[in-house]
Amino acid sequence: MDFEDSAEEAAYRARCRAFLDRVAERRRPGHVRGYRRGEDAPGVVEKARAFQRLKWDAGFAGISWPKEWHGQGGSPIQQMIYDQEEADYETTVNAIGLQLGICVPTICRWGTQEQRDRFAPPALRGEEVWCQFYSEPAGGSDLGAIRTRAERDGDGWVVNGQKIWTSLAHEADWGVLLARTDFDKPKHEGLSFFYLSTRTPGIEMRRIKQMSGASHFNAVFFNDVRIPDSQRLGPVDGGWKVAMSLLMGERYALTDDFGPSFKELFSLARQLRIGERSALADPGVQERLAEFYVKAQGLRYTRYRIMTSLSRGEAPGPEASIGKLVAATKIQEAASYGLELLGAAGAAVGPDMPLEGIFEESFLDSPAYRIAGGTDEILRNTIGERVLGLPPDVRADKGIPFRKIPTGAK
Amino acid sequence: MDFDFPDELKQLRDTARAILAERSPTAVARKVLDGNLDLDRELWKEIGDLGWLAATIPEAHGGLGLGPLAVCVLAEEIGRSLAPVPFSSSVTFATEALLHYGSPEQQRAHLPRLADGTVIGTLAFVESVGITDPRIFQTRFANGRLDGTKLLVADGVVADIAIVAARGVDGAPGLYIAALAGATVSRTSRPTIDPSRGHADLRFEGHPVEPLAGARGTAAFSNLLDRAAVVMAFEQIGIAGAALDMATAYAKERYAFGRPVGSFQAIKHKLVDVYVALELARSNAYFAAWALANEAPELPVAAAAARVSACEAAWLATKENIQTHGGMGFTWDLDCHLYYRRAKLLGLALGSATEWKRKLIERLCVQEGVPLADVTTARG
Repeated sequence: MDFEDSAEEAAYRARCRAFLDRVAERRRPGHVRGYRRGEDAPGVVEKARAFQRLKWDAGFAGISWPKEWHGQGGSPIQQMIYDQEEADYETTVNAIGLQLGICVPTICRWGTQEQRDRFAPPALRGEEVWCQFYSEPAGGSDLGAIRTRAERDGDGWVVNGQKIWTSLAHEADWGVLLARTDFDKPKHEGLSFFYLSTRTPGIEMRRIKQMSGASHFNAVFFNDVRIPDSQRLGPVDGGWKVAMSLLMGERYALTDDFGPSFKELFSLARQLRIGERSALADPGVQERLAEFYVKAQGLRYTRYRIMTSLSRGEAPGPEASIGKLVAATKIQEAASYGLELLGAAGAAVGPDMPLEGIFEESFLDSPAYRIAGGTDEILRNTIGERVLGLPPDVRADKGIPFRKIPTGAK
Repeated sequence: MDFDFPDELKQLRDTARAILAERSPTAVARKVLDGNLDLDRELWKEIGDLGWLAATIPEAHGGLGLGPLAVCVLAEEIGRSLAPVPFSSSVTFATEALLHYGSPEQQRAHLPRLADGTVIGTLAFVESVGITDPRIFQTRFANGRLDGTKLLVADGVVADIAIVAARGVDGAPGLYIAALAGATVSRTSRPTIDPSRGHADLRFEGHPVEPLAGARGTAAFSNLLDRAAVVMAFEQIGIAGAALDMATAYAKERYAFGRPVGSFQAIKHKLVDVYVALELARSNAYFAAWALANEAPELPVAAAAARVSACEAAWLATKENIQTHGGMGFTWDLDCHLYYRRAKLLGLALGSATEWKRKLIERLCVQEGVPLADVTTARG
């Protein structure tokens, strides 16, 4: 039992560090990495594109993608090592991460070699950005309830409907789309998978202002949008399987700690006094901080267990599924407790607040973490059914034509 | 990165699980619960023959020299099976104390017989309700003899020797080894919330004991509790795992409202929360096991984190196992209460999670070099 890299892993880590030292600054001590922090600030996507180009040039783009996908043909453990290292640098608002996590891998997995050659290199170089037209007003957690309609028209399709929660659609060049091609089949059996340019005529976007003030997401309207059949992936009505093939990757992503956690609360408590003593000497504070500590460290060592599996060339065990569920809740609770420690001044916002105002910021950001990429509740269903083997819920929408499923519409 | 138990210890775990499943189903623990048995001497002998008690003892003293990781693996399986054997008392208290603080003569005298199970050891330290503070122990050692009363000594009914925490003539705490025989020591069986494991109060009246030479001051006592906390975390994880398995199996087969109750999110989500707590506890315990096996400076923090995490997981898993079973869950006949009792027993045995949370932060302040003159670090 040890935490050492193998000789090969150590050499790879050294390569990552050499690259990062050359192109980026190490994170200042105490500087918090906020996931959404500045993600919609002007120029952030341009910066992310430029950084992606540097990664491509240095051989760190698509580390674990196969060569046929224009990746590096490396291993998942190499990707994890790179990500670990990159987290120590100031570069890491990865505004365009989604496309390389889900969109383009789906294209590569289901598309032809010509399609891989066309789309993978520009994405890996940061030249083209992708978004994901999946969620709808009536289909979020229940993604299979998609109502956006794609109808045959000659050698193509005409799409009408509305998508929502599309991350960075306003910056994207391309999108992957899940649409209903048969309303008479059961819900998951009438969907097809397409990709299209975001500049296709008939697409209209509206940015959604979040409670935090940021505008990361979009509502996207499709009005008679034409897509050639050559931009369909997988069989007609077989799109659910295509979409699901990589969506689990998003949900089970090896979530790193974003936003405030134990470390930030410890730093904050260190600066505060309760009565005549340091806040760190207060039994109440000690008890709460210890609870955050065991959660944060538990997640950290769970990642080490995952890395161990990857390092051996094995698939991670079921413990890999808990990351996002634990991390998202922890950030929100840490934000709330940080504000409480700040006391009556805790509600104040400004650059003079401790730890660059991360607690105030995360207080408003963190509700989104518990919803985006799979709600807490959906994740619990998934873990309960896939890991514990508990039976699925009884469903009112199973095996009946999609158009007959109750919607609550009056 | 190799943050996992080596293959040979995973094999040991599988072997131990199979043997205990066959030899020590919960019916055996129930014999103790019902007062018909003190411990399963036959199983204890078998465990001794298998070398489980000798894992950390050097070969020179009749041990196997496998190291602490092997004890962690075995502790999880003992916890899972609720086997009525004094494994943790003998191995993680008495053996550890002798290994780390005993003189060569004391080791020669006691380790071989602890290794094969002919002698059962334990630790006696509790004196009163509330937080244990070794600086105010009333049990005193002078002129080779011990006076005082220790409460709630685990396996105190069956133990042959005890490591006793007491203060010397100079007032400093230390550890002493006592043979539990003769007219100057008496034991009284003490009922607890978990009758499936015997406890006793021990009264010493001028009882002859030997100091463990290396154990002077609060640090040795604190270190011994840390070592025990790491191994006990695995025992707690074993209990939590067994309770989760039991609840999950029941939720799949029990029907209500025309469907398995495990299909209801109220049950499903609750069991997922147990699973999450269990995996976090396991990860924290792995790190503490690493610190223990490597005598790492992180041990005090890692042991506290492992204990806090394991206490929470075991409590959550065992109480929600009862809840998942509904009315049957709180009957004497179902095993739910066995896990519930044992989880809380172990959750208190070394001091509660609340106490260890405070220790954890105080120790982190020390480890991180946070200058806090006014943070009390004397807690150890």
